[in-house]
Amino acid sequence: MNEEINVRITGEAGHGVVAAGMMLARAYKDSGLHVFAIQDYMSRIRGGNNFFQVRAAARPVYAPREKADLIIALDKEAVEANKTALAPGGLFVLDAENSGVKDLEKGWVSAPIYALAQEAGGPRYANSVALGIAAALTCENFDRAGEAVGREFAAKGSAVADGNRAAALKGYDYAMENIEGCVFRLTGEPHSSSLLLAGNEALALGVISAGCKFYTAYPMSPSTGIMNTVADYAGRYGIIVEQAEDELAAVNMAVGASFAGVRAMTASSGGGFALMCEGVSLAAITETPLVIAVVMRPGPATGFPTRTAQEDLDFVLHAGHGEFARAVYTPGSPQECFLAARRAFNTAERFQIPALILSDQYLAESFTNIELPGALAEAPERGRIFKAGAEPEEGRYAYSPDGVSPRIIPGRSGALARADSDEHGPEGHITELAEVRVRMTRKRLHLKLAALEKEILPPTVFNPAAKTMLCGFGSTLGVMREACAAVKDAGFLHYSQVWPFPGAATLAALSGAERVLTVENNAAGQLARLMRRETGLKPAGSILKYDGRPFTLDEVVAALEGGV
Amino acid sequence: MELKDFDSSDPVAWCGGCGNFGMQAALKTALAKLGKKPQELLLVSGIGQAAKMPHYINTNFFNGLHGRALPAAAAAKIANRELTVIVTTGDGDCYGEGGNHFLHNIRRNVDMTVIVHDNQIYGLTKGQASPTSEPGMKTKIQPGGVILSPFPPLETALALGCGFVARGYAAEKEHLAELILAGIAHKGFSLIDVFQPCRSFNKLNTFEWYAQRVYKVGPEHDPADKAAALALAAERERLPIGVIYNSAKPSYEELSGLDGMKPLVDADLNSIDIGPALADFR
Repeated sequence: MNEEINVRITGEAGHGVVAAGMMLARAYKDSGLHVFAIQDYMSRIRGGNNFFQVRAAARPVYAPREKADLIIALDKEAVEANKTALAPGGLFVLDAENSGVKDLEKGWVSAPIYALAQEAGGPRYANSVALGIAAALTCENFDRAGEAVGREFAAKGSAVADGNRAAALKGYDYAMENIEGCVFRLTGEPHSSSLLLAGNEALALGVISAGCKFYTAYPMSPSTGIMNTVADYAGRYGIIVEQAEDELAAVNMAVGASFAGVRAMTASSGGGFALMCEGVSLAAITETPLVIAVVMRPGPATGFPTRTAQEDLDFVLHAGHGEFARAVYTPGSPQECFLAARRAFNTAERFQIPALILSDQYLAESFTNIELPGALAEAPERGRIFKAGAEPEEGRYAYSPDGVSPRIIPGRSGALARADSDEHGPEGHITELAEVRVRMTRKRLHLKLAALEKEILPPTVFNPAAKTMLCGFGSTLGVMREACAAVKDAGFLHYSQVWPFPGAATLAALSGAERVLTVENNAAGQLARLMRRETGLKPAGSILKYDGRPFTLDEVVAALEGGV
Repeated sequence: MELKDFDSSDPVAWCGGCGNFGMQAALKTALAKLGKKPQELLLVSGIGQAAKMPHYINTNFFNGLHGRALPAAAAAKIANRELTVIVTTGDGDCYGEGGNHFLHNIRRNVDMTVIVHDNQIYGLTKGQASPTSEPGMKTKIQPGGVILSPFPPLETALALGCGFVARGYAAEKEHLAELILAGIAHKGFSLIDVFQPCRSFNKLNTFEWYAQRVYKVGPEHDPADKAAALALAAERERLPIGVIYNSAKPSYEELSGLDGMKPLVDADLNSIDIGPALADFR
């Protein structure tokens, strides 16, 4: 019996590999297995080669594996692009006739995927045939896969759902009768981690639950998924979703709505966020709460639009001109995305600052089964809001020990709200007085930062007695967790918040380590530099990957065992 | 309300004799007639001399970034549709730096009144050409004269389907006050482009220059007649002021469903049940 399986379904854009993969992941999850699924796709609408890979096990899994035990390829290019990804002893299923493949290599088997799809109604059903084949080779029976098909296509009408179900059943029956050996079969146990969510979806659900009522963005991969999910629920939760004409509009709309008293946010990726930077600075000087999700992809400029990176840590830490306090959250899982969204709104409003959530394509678009810790989620905290009828004597921007002065909501607070992007006095009018400038800078930078430092999210620390400690932020949480469980004498420290930086917690967790390494999806080792800058501790090295793909468990284990 | 209800204590930083003073007087007159309290109004601006206007009127205000007044204003209105939102912006702010927002907020059609202080020059940066500068006008940056074609705000707005397009003149204060009131009454994006002589830097388009060319649109003009509006907007020898076009069209608030909702700002954030949404991901 295998402990886990890794299944890849691959084809060109438009083949429906994501739908097939999602149905398979759901079938596994509903069978009581734990799943972790990644998407690898090109920046095009049709053609090319994409894959969706599902890893399933009877225990929780948090990261992708390098090689697949079962690969189902839907066209010739998929065969060529994916044949080296087959694990030893694995099975590679293809349609030799349709793909024009003459010689089957060891471990390859041909199935009439397109002929079966044609019988079910046409070539567009090939992905459901692939699902049926995968179910035959890995599931106890057809039931969970059949339910997943019904669910996937429910919104498209019964004809489409029935056609896909027939196609999946044809694939299933064919494979049961004709494909030898079902060595991949696993048995699951019922568990409570029953939600199947990607990071973007979890982040969006966190945003909705936090009471965001105005979401605006300009579409940009891989951040658009957040807007899609918020838009799906906008009607039910009373949210206005507005597609902006550009990112300058998006950030200024988010600030405008927030100034008027509504929880509002925007999101983008590197290039779009670059356009928003002046708006970040605007939120800071007007002390308007602002939440932005930055879902990283490789740059510079357009870079790899559909792939992953952690290249914008330095950028987000410093984005926006001038000096001011900010908070930067770096969730490491869909659960943490949900919680980070809620916390970001509370932080933004309580401290009247920009709160940024830094995610990446890999985290945003990888699916895993989770349990949402509802009890741990913070309730909405709006911070100090001026409620009396008269003007506050000290003004909207009154000096205070923690730098935070009560907000005035136009049309709701009674007093008049005055905000200016120019330097201003406590009452909100433009000033050029040196002493006011100094006090306002202290308010926005030093005092707020000191208050924020009192409630930094503590890093997640595993096995701090280990000789080797890995350090990472954001999406590397899962791969570090599994690698440190697999390798002797390795532990990890994971940051879910990188600003203000938890320096004391870092030094405490790493005091016993012989060797500190960072694990980062970038070329410069930006986290290692940040740690050194903030604590004086210099990591001995970094495990870096910057080819646009996420770390696999195999890579991190190899790096640990090989002694980086 | 009375004029003094809108008096601000903030000292004015405009040059003596600036066209902005006439516009300030007209805006105050309009607001006093409108009858809304300062607490119910929101003035939004970007950067430039025109963008300082909100400081000189006693109401709520948001003086944001250069070029970005319109997105901030539209979103503030979406957040609280009970506010009366007025944007005070300049030709550089609105037609140059914020040009894309000008185009798309006309399309968006959120209910707000946009007053453009169009002095055909950059004042605060000390005398460079603006999008509406006349070709041939010499500046420090354009010593051989402006060679770019001027941006036509009225024709652009009409082409985009703007429901309310007007032009005023800073020296015609009462007339301008009436235009502002008509713009506020129009539900949707209302554009009022206002000739505003800049005494310090625009030596071409002076009070005298405008006085020779400006004329008031008469009662024979039907503001609902788009072809007639386009013809008026295209005039270059004589310059018509008044309501050029005014025709009802569905606003953002109507089309988005906002009008049927409680103002977003009044939403109860403590009673949100995310459970039903989560159930979709089981």
